[in-house]
Amino acid sequence: MYNFTFHRPTTVRQAAGLLARNPDGKLLAGGHSLLPVMKQRLASPSAIVDLSLVEGMTGVELKGRSVVIGAMTRHADVANSQVLKDVMPGLAAVPGSIGDPQVRNRGTIGGSIANNDPNADYPAACLGLGATIITNKRRIAADDFFTGMFSTALEEGEIIVKVAFPVAKKAAYEKFKHPASGFALVGVFVSKRGPDIRVAVTGAGSNGVFRVKSFEEALKKRFSPKSIEGMTIPASGMNSDIHASPEYRAHLVAVLARRALAKANA
Amino acid sequence: MASVSMTVNGKAVTGDVEPRTLLVQFLRENLRLTGTHVGCDTSQCGACIIHIDGIAAKACTTLALQCEGAKITTIEGLAEPGGKLHPMQEAFREHHGLQCGYCTPGMIMSALDIVRRNGNNLDEHTIRDQLDGNICRCTGYHNIVKAIEAGAKAMAK
Repeated sequence: MYNFTFHRPTTVRQAAGLLARNPDGKLLAGGHSLLPVMKQRLASPSAIVDLSLVEGMTGVELKGRSVVIGAMTRHADVANSQVLKDVMPGLAAVPGSIGDPQVRNRGTIGGSIANNDPNADYPAACLGLGATIITNKRRIAADDFFTGMFSTALEEGEIIVKVAFPVAKKAAYEKFKHPASGFALVGVFVSKRGPDIRVAVTGAGSNGVFRVKSFEEALKKRFSPKSIEGMTIPASGMNSDIHASPEYRAHLVAVLARRALAKANA
Repeated sequence: MASVSMTVNGKAVTGDVEPRTLLVQFLRENLRLTGTHVGCDTSQCGACIIHIDGIAAKACTTLALQCEGAKITTIEGLAEPGGKLHPMQEAFREHHGLQCGYCTPGMIMSALDIVRRNGNNLDEHTIRDQLDGNICRCTGYHNIVKAIEAGAKAMAK
């Protein structure tokens, strides 16, 4: 790891100021994506701005028809939140499936979303529920937020403060977990909130998380695995690596979508 | 260099570190607490698991400076001052939950966190599922699982 200067602001404003003064600085949340890439020297920020002392960035709250999660809330705390388990257990299951217990004790929702790893779980939940990412500057719809592999709509100096998830009556996540890393080889989040039906896929697309509009259209008649029985998505645009071919990933998308639908209806 | 202060195994400690110093390096190299091991250095094997403010974390994926003001517990902090082993350590000894011993400190620190999260009555499925973040290349896990089940029960006494 290359060296850097280390800062621990206590307010979002201070953190933004530090980023402005250190243009190639990076925010540190739980550190479970950033520190490993810094060790590999794939990232070498000159300054690290640790958000762990910033007040008001943790917690899971029900506000009206939304669940609002502070950006620095650890995966374990979201997974175990009684508020969330009561209103939308399908979302609580997402952080519960990330990595291993120690990763869940440190990793945060804000860090996961800002990193937008193409195999991460939270981006599927955000896109699959139509979440709103709230930063120190604005509110960004999930549909506009994830702009490609490891890239987001976040601008220089912009800090995710909260994420608001609308409560969907039906919501579930199914993932095919890589046995060593715990990442989603493919993960599918489905939800139904009134007429709004979403099917979001992580792990599969070579450009990061995406929605499957053909499935969503078919599910409008009936939100059931039967409605997409036999449907497939093309292998073009799917990721290819030593773990799985594009064809296999495309196949998994349809299988996991049906399983997620069954789970959401259970 | 930056100064860092924390409480390790109940003792206040201070040290000068580079910002990039990992917690595991600080523990091993500055404090000479070499019970916390480095296996993979990529947050997968769990040999470096310690507790930060009572919660298990991988010390190879935490900066020392992130722990300013924190209470850290390492494997060295478990036994009583006279040398009497913690019930979980004793259970690993009793059930031979180790062969080479390299992963053992992390296994035990992880086991204590499993008890914190799931209570003292653990079934085999829970233990195996929750040991996801610890790798042992000798034992095949059987005796580790038995040790954790017994250690968890002994802790309730």
